[in-house]
Amino acid sequence: MLDDLAIRVRQNIGLATAVVLFCALYLVYNLAHPRGFSSAVLVQNSDEIFALAMLAMAQTVPVLMSGLDLSVGAVMTMVGCFASYLLTGTAGGTPIHLEIFGLHLNLGTFPGGIEGILLGMAVCVAIGTLAGFINGCIVVYGRIQPIIATLATGAVYVGIALFLRPTPGGKIDDDLNWAMTNSLGDFASTVHIFNDGAAPWFAPLAWIPVPFALLVLIALLVWVPFRRSVLGRSVYAVGSAEGAAYMSGLPIERAKIAAFALGGFFAGCGGLFLAIQTSSGNADIPQAGAYTLNSIASVVIGGTSLLGGSGSAIGSIFGAMILRVISFLFRIFDIAPLLQPLFEGLILLAAVSIGALGVLRVKNTLELFR
Amino acid sequence: MTTASLRLSRDDRPILIAALFVLVILVAGTVYTVSRFGSAPLLSPNYLLQQLQVGSFLGIVSAGMMIVILIAQIDLSVPWTLAAAAMMATSVGGPLAIPVGLGVGLLVGLVNGIGVAYLRVPSMIFTLGMNAVMGGLMVAHTGGYAPQTAATALMQTLASGRTLGIPNALFVWAAVSALVAVILRRTPLGRYIYAIGNKEAAAYLAGVDTRRVTVICFVLCALAASLAGVLLAGYSTKAYQGMGDAYLLPSIAAVVIGGTNILGGRGRYLGTLIGVVLIVLLNSVLSIMDMPEAGRQVIYGLVIILMLLVYGRGERVTS
Amino acid sequence: MSGISKRYAGVRALEGVDFACERGNIHAVLGENGAGKSTLIKIIAGVVQPDTGGMRLGGSDVRFATPSAANAAGVVCVFQELSLLPDLSVADNISIASPPRRFGLIDARAQRRRAEALLAGIGCEDVNPLMRVRDLPLSRRQMVEIAKALGQRPQLLILDEATSALTSADVEKIYAVLARLKAEGVAILYISHRMHEVEALADRASVFRNGRHVETFDKGVRSTADIVQLMIGRDIAAQYPPKPAPRSAKPVLTLENLSWEKRLERISLRVGAGEIVGLGGLDGQGQKSLLLALFGVLRGVTGRVTVEDREVRPGSPAAAKSAGIALVPEDRKTEGLMLPMSISDNLAIASLDAISTGPFVDRAKERAAVERGIARLQIKIGAPGDAVSTLSGGNQQKVVLAKWLMTGPRIILLNDPTRGIDVGTKQELYRLMRELADQGAAILFYSTDYDELIGCCDRVAIMYDGRIVRELEGAELTETNIIASALNIDAATAPHAASGSAHA
Repeated sequence: MLDDLAIRVRQNIGLATAVVLFCALYLVYNLAHPRGFSSAVLVQNSDEIFALAMLAMAQTVPVLMSGLDLSVGAVMTMVGCFASYLLTGTAGGTPIHLEIFGLHLNLGTFPGGIEGILLGMAVCVAIGTLAGFINGCIVVYGRIQPIIATLATGAVYVGIALFLRPTPGGKIDDDLNWAMTNSLGDFASTVHIFNDGAAPWFAPLAWIPVPFALLVLIALLVWVPFRRSVLGRSVYAVGSAEGAAYMSGLPIERAKIAAFALGGFFAGCGGLFLAIQTSSGNADIPQAGAYTLNSIASVVIGGTSLLGGSGSAIGSIFGAMILRVISFLFRIFDIAPLLQPLFEGLILLAAVSIGALGVLRVKNTLELFR
Repeated sequence: MTTASLRLSRDDRPILIAALFVLVILVAGTVYTVSRFGSAPLLSPNYLLQQLQVGSFLGIVSAGMMIVILIAQIDLSVPWTLAAAAMMATSVGGPLAIPVGLGVGLLVGLVNGIGVAYLRVPSMIFTLGMNAVMGGLMVAHTGGYAPQTAATALMQTLASGRTLGIPNALFVWAAVSALVAVILRRTPLGRYIYAIGNKEAAAYLAGVDTRRVTVICFVLCALAASLAGVLLAGYSTKAYQGMGDAYLLPSIAAVVIGGTNILGGRGRYLGTLIGVVLIVLLNSVLSIMDMPEAGRQVIYGLVIILMLLVYGRGERVTS
Repeated sequence: MSGISKRYAGVRALEGVDFACERGNIHAVLGENGAGKSTLIKIIAGVVQPDTGGMRLGGSDVRFATPSAANAAGVVCVFQELSLLPDLSVADNISIASPPRRFGLIDARAQRRRAEALLAGIGCEDVNPLMRVRDLPLSRRQMVEIAKALGQRPQLLILDEATSALTSADVEKIYAVLARLKAEGVAILYISHRMHEVEALADRASVFRNGRHVETFDKGVRSTADIVQLMIGRDIAAQYPPKPAPRSAKPVLTLENLSWEKRLERISLRVGAGEIVGLGGLDGQGQKSLLLALFGVLRGVTGRVTVEDREVRPGSPAAAKSAGIALVPEDRKTEGLMLPMSISDNLAIASLDAISTGPFVDRAKERAAVERGIARLQIKIGAPGDAVSTLSGGNQQKVVLAKWLMTGPRIILLNDPTRGIDVGTKQELYRLMRELADQGAAILFYSTDYDELIGCCDRVAIMYDGRIVRELEGAELTETNIIASALNIDAATAPHAASGSAHA
């Protein structure tokens, strides 16, 4: 039994380190914060963490296959812009018209009210998944390297986002905005469930921030089953040794497409939330790029190897949380805002160079070349 | 690289296709302008020269990026290396402006090289970190604003001036191109670069100092980025925040469109050159067509995918 | 199988082959590399498709388009290149293709129990199924591979050099497993270069040569010499070039108390000009580490290395090269060559300084040097601009050697250079080694083949546990003595040479 535990810890040392590091940092943050350990702070933090955590999960899956997805930020932005049209929540629905090449097409009315919002959210997430699916098809059937394929598709998706929202705009239903960015109690009272949040069994849970609950739910209901499925294991296999995976008869092509589609799904969730949180659709290209690069950093900090085959999306979530908490700490310790980007960069560099310590201990230099 | 056969080698095919595509863009653009405006600016040498002048900055960055991609690495610190070189050059001013700018590149390249070659940190993530650090340094240094000092006269002449009717920037690009092409084709360093990109272990065991070559490659790439930064500051007469961001992805795209394998080990500089021309021309045509940014991005992405599909794809892995 | 033919890019791998094997029978497949054994196996296992001909399994016609189709029909193959996924656990690997499931997801507990049962079945209870394959030593990985194959309930089990990395204890376990399978009626195809294994195990044997099926015979019908003759098709006498009379040569390479981690312990050795010194002993006793240490690949090596009266400290392959040391590495495909690059580029890579004028590579000098290298080793190529991946294994190895000869080395280290090479090229390499020695080079030669060591070397240093336990030369250089020293026991009490423990 203990033997097993030792093995598991050794194999997941990257994840374990990230968890410990995050807990330490977050503890320090709450201790230093004047209103630390309170629900309000927790809610605010969760709001800021969610999108990056989703994108970190999105980036993890292609990285596990020793690939990379440079379009996660673009998918997020694109879905956000779609959301700004579909989630307005106006009672009579939103008329959809398309202006393209000088043509004016009226596509009917998107439903409003609660059904509209639910349908809208589903459609947004589906769009994200579709974008990922397209990425996967290009990589598999076009046989183009993921890094360059997603660089190109990222441009396309950002273009679509710009087409939808040349300038930031749109509107998200106010109730939706309130419900999703606060605690479960607020969610319940806005949506009128569980006796408006007053139900006795619900009370101890009421302080949990909605984004946090969503993160846990998505991780448990989507990532964990995927990882335990044959398709999920095939993703790890492809990243570990693609030739051996083929020889073992694993569904390599399906696994690759599924991996990118799953990435698109997570990116879509992130974009959806971002739109709801900011209550608008913003085709911000630099922001998309920053999110993409930060997602890669989160994956690495979370213990997933860029070479593929080992790691976990859970680690990447912690990686994202570490990145975000570091910027929170800057705010708390009143580090001059001018110095914050520098420190963030130095910390990132230090974090990824820590792995270098292992290199110095290598005695057979041939092992350095994989 | 020696090849005795006359058949189109795998390296030449993408170059030919890219060149063809450049022609296609020229023709399509001219057809459009003739039908819309009744004129053919795309065919006017002055217009082309001006476009190429602006494209020379991308060209110089791409030359450096190609070297790093050839050794199976990547340099994501180009945006802020470019910007930092520009900012430092304009801050310092005087005769030391350009050397200081290039010095920034030298320093960044050395650090990148040490991190990747000696510490064996994956270049994707190390250069990402360096980019953040350089950005942070510049924000701290300039207080978050664009530096007010102007570029020196020499910088401006190099970037915007003309000699014999041809923009000076093009001469600089040509010089950089000649240097890179010669290094890759005619020197031992070039052979080592291709060898490392193909199989670093075999190059190492053949007695190649792979760590030193890696550092040299990152230094060359950062120098190229810093040179582009100095020139760009000269062209715009000042440096500004985020001036390098628009050069990262297009430089990678130009290298790949030119037939260089993103995994390293194969590719000819001529291809990168044509890749840059293709992207610059595409941009010109799209702005003549008054295409909004949205359309530009979509077309840009689709062109890359299309070209890669046409080049002949990777092999299916069977063993 | 009947009428099977297969071509690869103009090379006839198999030509009109008829072949059959029966249930409850261990059938050995013998032949030199390039004889077609691997291709035959790959066709049976569904990895490649034959150009002509057909197969019948248990009476009905079959054709396997993929390895999984073959597996489904009960044909399971354990290949030489392991098909394990290094980053996944043993339990995951064993049940990779069709894992036990619960609610549509993989049942980790059932999977683990299955792995434990299969590992116990081959006597490997000490392997914890949770361990990642990457963290296991090579012999354990091969056992996992075999357990995985057994888990697929084969009707026909193919073992392609499956025991090459196993310890002798593990080999005995595998013999027991094979005997059990035989009794259960499974048909077993066994490819091996180790004659004593084949003699011990096989009920029938088939010899292939140059893509053709030469002969199939029962156990005991043919002697080893007969078999080897069938395999190479010509008289094997005079396989090794004659050795010169022993002379006391000036030592070119002197090692004093060379140590590294726990793998090399106070190695002291002298190699003189014109001498070929062999490194013998069981696998993994430090022979490869010694060569790597001399070539500057290992860090933390202590002790003295002297080349021609000058002390050198090879801190890297580049430093070793400038000291006049050359290494032909173990794996030519990943360590010796850049496969996609041209023959010419591969040949020139180690000696670019010599063929440069100023800062540029001199094309004319390069062409001349390349042509000289090709001619000297008689490398069969199409054109120097062809990719080196188009060459046969033997010719590829020649390219590696030629590359080093172009640097004019004084000391040549050879790390198992004839592994996977056809007999013709092997003989050329032996002749070349002697020629180079006669021209004054000092050669240190590691081989897993005792015959080669006896045939080529003036002296053989047997290593055990990182130390040199004995140096044999002249009349003492016999197989018995090598084996005895390899097992670190006295020659007088050495076990008979033909026992299964002669493991090299």
